[in-house]
Amino acid sequence: MNRTYELMFIVRPDMTDEDLDKLISTLQSAVPASQGSVKSVEKMGKRRLAYTVRKFNDGIYVLLIVEGGGSAIHELERRLRVTEPVIKFLTVRTDEEQKRLDKIKALRDARKKVSAQPAASGEPTPAAEAAETPAATA
Amino acid sequence: MADEMKPAAPAGDGPRSGGDRPRSGGRPGGPGGPAREGGRKFFRRKKVCKFCVEKIENINYKDYRLLGQFVAESGKIVPRRLTGVCTPHQRRLSVAIKQARNIALLPFAGRIA
Repeated sequence: MNRTYELMFIVRPDMTDEDLDKLISTLQSAVPASQGSVKSVEKMGKRRLAYTVRKFNDGIYVLLIVEGGGSAIHELERRLRVTEPVIKFLTVRTDEEQKRLDKIKALRDARKKVSAQPAASGEPTPAAEAAETPAATA
Repeated sequence: MADEMKPAAPAGDGPRSGGDRPRSGGRPGGPGGPAREGGRKFFRRKKVCKFCVEKIENINYKDYRLLGQFVAESGKIVPRRLTGVCTPHQRRLSVAIKQARNIALLPFAGRIA
């Protein structure tokens, strides 16, 4: 069961950097216990929220990319829910979307190789249009 | 695109002047179709899907600037008939907007304060 999830959460804006690092590391330490792994951690910085959440108008956004089964996510979400400074979180499963994107990309690359040779056929059309417009006005 | 249309306009209008029934059904000055100046008819430019044209396949909730273009001032998702987004992309777009709303990147109602 290898799935990829994006876990985005918002912590309250008055949190210090050390506290935030500590919070993230405790979250990370919980993941391997349930056969998961943290792929990356990104602190997206402080941002104005689109609406008030728990009387806060700003928040510090953090993005975790986690690989593993549902149990890892379940544990992480439970922890986020009980952690006081976390005001909001969202989990999105991304592996299927990524698979779809890879497929499209592969398809496009294949098509690009094919269309590389008859590129010259695209040239005459603008020239023909340019020739047509003076004739129409005259 | 629009510049190319203007010189051709008088030539196009000439033979068709007999049927100058104004098309009253359309809203003038919709997002995709401003009325051609001086013309009796409303010429609506064919709207194209932004995601198809720019080949954006990855419609993600984190990309709130992109999503913001498809959200009205009130916070509503703009319908396809106004933006010209194709059905598959609108489907993904609406999912992404809803996710972005959930994590306070986009508002549920009203614009970002």
